[in-house]
Amino acid sequence: MGALHTRTLTQLAEGLRRKSFSSVELVGELLARIEKSQPALNAFISVTAPEALAVARAADRTLAAGAGGALTGVPIAHKDIFCTEGVRTSCGSRMLDNFVSPYDATVVAKLKRAGAIMLGKTNMDEFAMGSSNETSFYGPVRNPWNPKLVPGGSSGGSAAAVAARLVPGATATDTGGSIRQPAALCGITGMKPTYGRVSRYGMVAFASSLDQGGTLTASAADAALMLREMAGFDPRDSTSVDTPVPDYVAALEQPIAGLKVGLLAEFFDKGLDEDNERCVREALRVFEGLGASVTQVSLPNLPMSVPVYYVVAPAEASSNLARYDGVRFGHRCENPRDLSDMYRRSRGEGFGAEVKRRIMTGTYVLSAGYYDAYYLKAQRVRALINADFIRAFAAVDVLIGPTTPTPAFPLGAKTADPITMYLNDIYTIGANLAGLPAISVPCGFVQGLPVGLQIVGPHFSEARVLAAAHAFQRVTDWHTRVPVGYT
Amino acid sequence: MALTREQIASIATLARLELTPEEVPVYQDSLSRILEFVGALERADTANVTPMAHPLPGLTQRLRADAVSEVDSHERYQLNAPLTAAGLYLVPKVIE
Repeated sequence: MGALHTRTLTQLAEGLRRKSFSSVELVGELLARIEKSQPALNAFISVTAPEALAVARAADRTLAAGAGGALTGVPIAHKDIFCTEGVRTSCGSRMLDNFVSPYDATVVAKLKRAGAIMLGKTNMDEFAMGSSNETSFYGPVRNPWNPKLVPGGSSGGSAAAVAARLVPGATATDTGGSIRQPAALCGITGMKPTYGRVSRYGMVAFASSLDQGGTLTASAADAALMLREMAGFDPRDSTSVDTPVPDYVAALEQPIAGLKVGLLAEFFDKGLDEDNERCVREALRVFEGLGASVTQVSLPNLPMSVPVYYVVAPAEASSNLARYDGVRFGHRCENPRDLSDMYRRSRGEGFGAEVKRRIMTGTYVLSAGYYDAYYLKAQRVRALINADFIRAFAAVDVLIGPTTPTPAFPLGAKTADPITMYLNDIYTIGANLAGLPAISVPCGFVQGLPVGLQIVGPHFSEARVLAAAHAFQRVTDWHTRVPVGYT
Repeated sequence: MALTREQIASIATLARLELTPEEVPVYQDSLSRILEFVGALERADTANVTPMAHPLPGLTQRLRADAVSEVDSHERYQLNAPLTAAGLYLVPKVIE
């Protein structure tokens, strides 16, 4: 057979149902690609080859009987932030290097029920804190378009794996841009749903009012198929929303003629690379050509989203990461003198530099005397940003702008100054603060590197956001480009 | 605002993080820069604005029936524990 890796997730699901090839063949081909790519990309932390092949054999039997779910026999990868029963779930950290999850995250269980097969767990920034995948305990991931460059983060392993066609789709999480930014830098499609749409149960917590699971795939149509299986109410997640999941796949073909597109004025700031801007403006002309109307809208408080985020997210992280105390699971230091020494040294040894930085930032802004000035103030400005979005969506259906200020940057280029790294997420954080669905799709290339276009919609408008992205991908071919060496 | 070494030490104590002597100046520098950066929030006019803790306003905490829904799986969970005995998690002696 060969070359099954060139097909999209949707095509693979269809081909398996028609029995054009077997799941064992497909899984075997992709496992070989993963193994071959690992020295160059380091996209995976764990590969579960024997288990995947066993499940593929069972999937072929199910398919032969004419049964199965929407994704039966389709290989995927999970970001190593999702708990997987019996498989190490490290979250990219030394702290959890020895942690074998006793249960499946809801997302993992739902995709399993739909028939998807896990090939392994993808590399990521430690505890999802990073925008370049350089904070991982397991070493950086490299960008398949150029190994000297970062893939983005924190879902860098999932993004690189999909871009290099090692898997047709992967799960990911997005707290400040961790799905959309690596999607943009790797030239693939990254979908972050509405806060509460996808269960957070079994997804290692970073900042609980911002974290949301989603997808990395080659196309919006593939994202629709994967998200339809992942989304839905979960009584085990207290902020899961009990709203029916629409058929995102069936909604893909809805026409976008008459769609009111808002061009986000604040995203075209001085930090935006001019070639990136040119690609995004050309994409807007494509939308106009499809019958959408484009008007400029202003969200005056949006430029404060990065400072708000770097108070709120570390504050929530410092609280969430308090559970890593060396008592019940995770790293414990050698020969603790007493309980306090055990806490301090287990955490000092188990966490990497960026995670410690965020825990300390969060601890400080929540401490007595600073809580009002930093934490409550940030929550107030968050409310202003949210109100800006609500006002904008009274006038337009979706907001469009760049996903990132620049294409992928070299490893090490932004590690010296945390603020420079944090500003990578300047265009993506707003959607997290307001809990909005947002997608990044490839919209051009600058010097051989992909550029991402971001589409943001109101709460629970995933179907419309996906349809807009799909309409764009029907008339463009940026999303079909594959890096040299991985075709 | 610039943080002192003593402030970094006190934050690390609150966060239960052991820092090496080399780490202290690194965090002194980067945390000071981060606080200066987020200090921009001061300029925002937020009079009469209610703090937003959560992106989905109106969402209320759900309650469930007070019924047993989980089985005892402590043996499985304790496979991940650094040190256990007789089904208990062991830590250094707390009370002499």
